[in-house]
Amino acid sequence: MTQTSIRPSQDFLPGDEALRRRYQLGRWLRYLALAVVVLIAIILLIPILWMILGSFKLQRVAMAYPPELIPSNPVLDNWERLLINRPSLRWLLNSFIVAGGIAIFAVISSTCAGYAFGKKSFPGRTLFFWLILMTMMLPRQIYIVPLFVLMRNFGWFNSYQGMIAPYLVYPFGVFLMRQYMQSIPDELLEAAKMDGASEVQLFRHIILPLSRPAIGAIAIFAFMAGWNDYLWQLVMATDELWLTLPVGVAKLTASGVGSVDVGVGMAGATFAFIPMLLIFLLFQSYFIKGITVGALKG
Amino acid sequence: MLKRFATKIWQGRWGYVFIAPAMIPFLIFIAYPLVQSLLLSFYKAGINRAKWQYIGLKNYTNLLTRDPVFPTAIKNTFLFVLGVVPAAMVICLFVAVLIYPLSQRKQTFFRAAFYMPVVSAGVVLAMVWVYIYSQEYGLLNYIFDSLGLLDLLNNGEKIGWLAQANTALFSLAVVVLSWSLGQPLILFLAGLAAIPETLYDAAKIDGANSWQAFWKITLPLLRPTMLFVLVVLTIAVFQVFVVVQLMTLGGPANATQTIVYRIWVTGIVGSKFGYASAMAVILLAIVSAAAAAQFKLLDRQLT
Repeated sequence: MTQTSIRPSQDFLPGDEALRRRYQLGRWLRYLALAVVVLIAIILLIPILWMILGSFKLQRVAMAYPPELIPSNPVLDNWERLLINRPSLRWLLNSFIVAGGIAIFAVISSTCAGYAFGKKSFPGRTLFFWLILMTMMLPRQIYIVPLFVLMRNFGWFNSYQGMIAPYLVYPFGVFLMRQYMQSIPDELLEAAKMDGASEVQLFRHIILPLSRPAIGAIAIFAFMAGWNDYLWQLVMATDELWLTLPVGVAKLTASGVGSVDVGVGMAGATFAFIPMLLIFLLFQSYFIKGITVGALKG
Repeated sequence: MLKRFATKIWQGRWGYVFIAPAMIPFLIFIAYPLVQSLLLSFYKAGINRAKWQYIGLKNYTNLLTRDPVFPTAIKNTFLFVLGVVPAAMVICLFVAVLIYPLSQRKQTFFRAAFYMPVVSAGVVLAMVWVYIYSQEYGLLNYIFDSLGLLDLLNNGEKIGWLAQANTALFSLAVVVLSWSLGQPLILFLAGLAAIPETLYDAAKIDGANSWQAFWKITLPLLRPTMLFVLVVLTIAVFQVFVVVQLMTLGGPANATQTIVYRIWVTGIVGSKFGYASAMAVILLAIVSAAAAAQFKLLDRQLT
């Protein structure tokens, strides 16, 4: 990547004052624009910083005006109340089980289906693929009511299977995997078949190892989707012990206007933020890969 | 004929085996509820299944003519989409073009800063922003106060960002915007990287300045990326729920009601399955129309 792609050329003739001045102006404009970008970045980061600071403030301090920007007397009260008085560790566990389960099932179904859609031919292939692809575009809220009724009939409220079930098929994953499969050369599969590999062996020993990068991207995205699926988890969990972390912490502050416990709310929000932050930092490259792969031939 | 078809199916049997783990849950948890949604919208249906009753189009006519809230919810949903989506596109394009020539390390910093709100998720941000928007002790009023903006805008009085009908929707849109930037930015940066450097060199030789190069090279070549971002963002913003449910509950004076929030209140909380399904079908129609329009745009671009 060259560094000068969008900048104007610097090699104008010596002595051409007008051009030089125009270049200077362009440079200043560029600095000004970059300052705006930095400002936007700061605006995006302030809420996160404010949340972390707030989690160490006593109720009286958190609700003071003018606000204490840096808490002069930081306390752990809120964290104590969050971690000891509330089943927040259970919520964390619930979220990990639900998001982890969603990631595992999404990887299995997406890899299998993506392989079939990308490499096999069978009647109805295009139709089935389009059906799944179309639902990638549909908001879940369009069928959330019948899904709710279905879960009621199953008796799956307050259960992991109820929160995971709608994600057993992950349309984005199927789409991404099919794109990926098409980049695997057919000759490779045919050579393996000539050597007498069975369908299952072919899948396990050739397809699976080759699709590891796509599997990583799908796992991360499905995990994040599962972790952030606030609405469905709100619908499915009614018992305090079955709440997931986002739903649980959201209920911390929703105890009625006036009696809002800001400090505990901020501690809860921070607590819900940390796991995803760690996952993001650990798997950054998969995030970027997943985002761009979907778009390349989309 | 039939036999040939049967052979084809038999030959493709492994294809069916491999799509089964996706197709079976698809049929149960997506296709079936989707069809059910359409059917239920013609019924008066509540908790008690024995009392479900076919009422034709009555849910729809009630929704569009007699419901005191739903038309407002449609309007607000559109305002959300029309406000947040173009704003996100313009900001991301601006930022992407500016930070693309920077060193890899600086680029990574900006990418991370813009992606941070995406990582922190809706619930977390909604909770923090409620705190920031607070009329009595919020950070935003403090900042406005310090900059002298409160005197300028509101006679020195603190602003109830979420409590006033004229600021609430905008305040929520800002929160949604804040987590709508990360993904498009990464896509735009990838799109920029795919534009061959030689095009810019050629433009330079022809005497084009950077402004012209942006309009004649960067924008046209980014169009596929822009359209993809447009579709994805639009669908995401149509689903705005968490900010409404955690920050305003649709108020004040219904100023922040959205379609998805109405579906939840009516169908899940209120157990009016039929009525909520009719809302869902209207949402489906709107989303499909929007997607179709955008795909048409995409098609024209490709041919």
